Amino acid sequence: MTNYIIRRIIQAIPLLLLISLTVFFLMNLIPGGPLAAYENNPNISAEDLMRLKRELGLDAPIHVRYWKWLTAVATGDWGISEVTRRPALVEITEKLPNTLYLSITAFICALLIAIPIGILSAVRQYSMLDHIATTIAFIGQSMPVFWFGLILIIIFNVHLKNPTTGGPLLPGGGMFTIGAPFSVGDRIRHLILPATVLTFFSLGHYIRYMRAGMLDVLHQDYIRTAHAKGLTRRAVLARHAFKNSILPLVTIIGLEIPGLFAGALITETIFSWPGMGRLFFNSIERGDYAVMMGILMMSATLIVLFGLVTDIVYAFIDPRIRFD
Amino acid sequence: MAQAQLTSKAIAVDWATRMRPQESMRAKVWRRFRKHKPALVGLCVIATIVALCILVPWAAKYDPGRTHLELIREPPTLQHIFGTDELGRDLFVRLWDGGRISILIGVATMLIAISIGTLIGSIAGFYGGRVDNILMRFTDYMLSIPQLFLLLIFAQLLRSTNNPTLSGGPTPIIVIIGILVWPPIARLVRGQFLALKAKEFVEAARMSGTKDLRIIFRHILPNAASPVIVAATLRVGAAIITESTLSFLGFGVQPPTATWGNMLKNAQAQMTYAPWTAIFPGLAILITVLSLNYIGDGLRDALDPYHVEWE
Repeated sequence: MTNYIIRRIIQAIPLLLLISLTVFFLMNLIPGGPLAAYENNPNISAEDLMRLKRELGLDAPIHVRYWKWLTAVATGDWGISEVTRRPALVEITEKLPNTLYLSITAFICALLIAIPIGILSAVRQYSMLDHIATTIAFIGQSMPVFWFGLILIIIFNVHLKNPTTGGPLLPGGGMFTIGAPFSVGDRIRHLILPATVLTFFSLGHYIRYMRAGMLDVLHQDYIRTAHAKGLTRRAVLARHAFKNSILPLVTIIGLEIPGLFAGALITETIFSWPGMGRLFFNSIERGDYAVMMGILMMSATLIVLFGLVTDIVYAFIDPRIRFD
Repeated sequence: MAQAQLTSKAIAVDWATRMRPQESMRAKVWRRFRKHKPALVGLCVIATIVALCILVPWAAKYDPGRTHLELIREPPTLQHIFGTDELGRDLFVRLWDGGRISILIGVATMLIAISIGTLIGSIAGFYGGRVDNILMRFTDYMLSIPQLFLLLIFAQLLRSTNNPTLSGGPTPIIVIIGILVWPPIARLVRGQFLALKAKEFVEAARMSGTKDLRIIFRHILPNAASPVIVAATLRVGAAIITESTLSFLGFGVQPPTATWGNMLKNAQAQMTYAPWTAIFPGLAILITVLSLNYIGDGLRDALDPYHVEWE
């Protein structure tokens, strides 16, 4: 097992290097950069511009600059945000917990809803419940995330009022009420709408895969054997079917992690959630390169890392997978 | 050789007549597809939407881009059944006009993604070994960068060119979405090729000296087509959503050209007092994509009797 994990980590390194190369070259393609402000300034001569370039090391060939950037990134120097003048790494790591807080909440909610619903709709295939669950799953997959967010804001923030205070029923943005003392209730109220949107974003897929996995397992011989032994339905489902039926869901979770970042970007932008996705969106708009590159690297690393975790979980729950 | 071919053909004909008299593949698929009621409804809905997109902007008495400053943000009435926006444009006409671009983006993106995905997947699956390894590592790499982030960067790149066709038109959006979303299709096609290339008919083709390209395109690909057709259907819907997301974030097709996505972006600022501007374009996306997903589901059942779930 340890060997397997170590080998997977080593395999991830060339992938991350390739990603870093892509990120660097893409950023170099976009015009602008630290000297953009001076280029159109008539008071700064071409000579001064050259001198600035030399001082900043921008005149070096691209591979030299890439190497410098890569070694700096590896040692924790992610550059300075051009907007806030603070280290990009600090900017990002400040926002990362907020993103994780929102996405992990949504992820857990999606699993808690999808697993039982998926199982029930497989066990009672073609029942009313199955049809409703399948329809909800389809609608969830067919809706733009941001539109769902907008509709929720119209309903819960604009139209519905809190009966005691007369204010909006649920806040439509932010992570907490600005200026108010810390309270768990306030945090939860701010979490409800964005978390609902993100939950719905992946719920449809999860239900479909859980249902498909369960249906597949229910037709296996060993399930019939378990029934024939006289086990109760509950025991058959819980002990024999469940563990095998969850495999497709684990696969799809691994494949969907990059999608979660997209979901987070959109959700955070709509609900002004101070997370990494919104920071990325803002830094693109402002041309804040250090932060953009940092977030791309950070999220690619997280995707590779979560992919690794999924593989390990998979190896744990499926004993047929060999570690060698 | 000729003898052997004749016999196998005779057996095949014999089986076909025994099972179902003279039913073509297309007829069989259609018969199975009709049984899937939601898919059938989806097909009718899509046909209606496409017809409206073609007919309404052409036949309507309002120009989708014409502004009426005396009719700003009119709620839905009999004259303007979906209301008007902040420039007094009729949203019913504008919705179907935008639908043209949104659906065009969906279909064109699908064609690009399917072409690249099929090409890479079939080469990887057919040749295997090192070629497969390199192509699949490349696919993994494409999948490990968050797509939306890349799309935004590409869109920003296009925007910075300051060229009106490049920075705001639908074509560049189609190209950038198309070249980013093929990896799942490549994986799918590769899986099909791995399974099919070991089959006897491929061996037979190889034995009779058929060239690789012909084996790939004439022998294996038609047999691998079913899941690709389903993926293509779902891809159109996914691309419509991606376009709307990009446009919503301000990186997609730029106004005054309407798409469902940029109509929604436009609506965001005024949705608290003019909710109809946000509701109808979103519903159009939801209904279109939902129908496409149901059609995909029906096609999956119709094309593949063993019903394997994927993507």
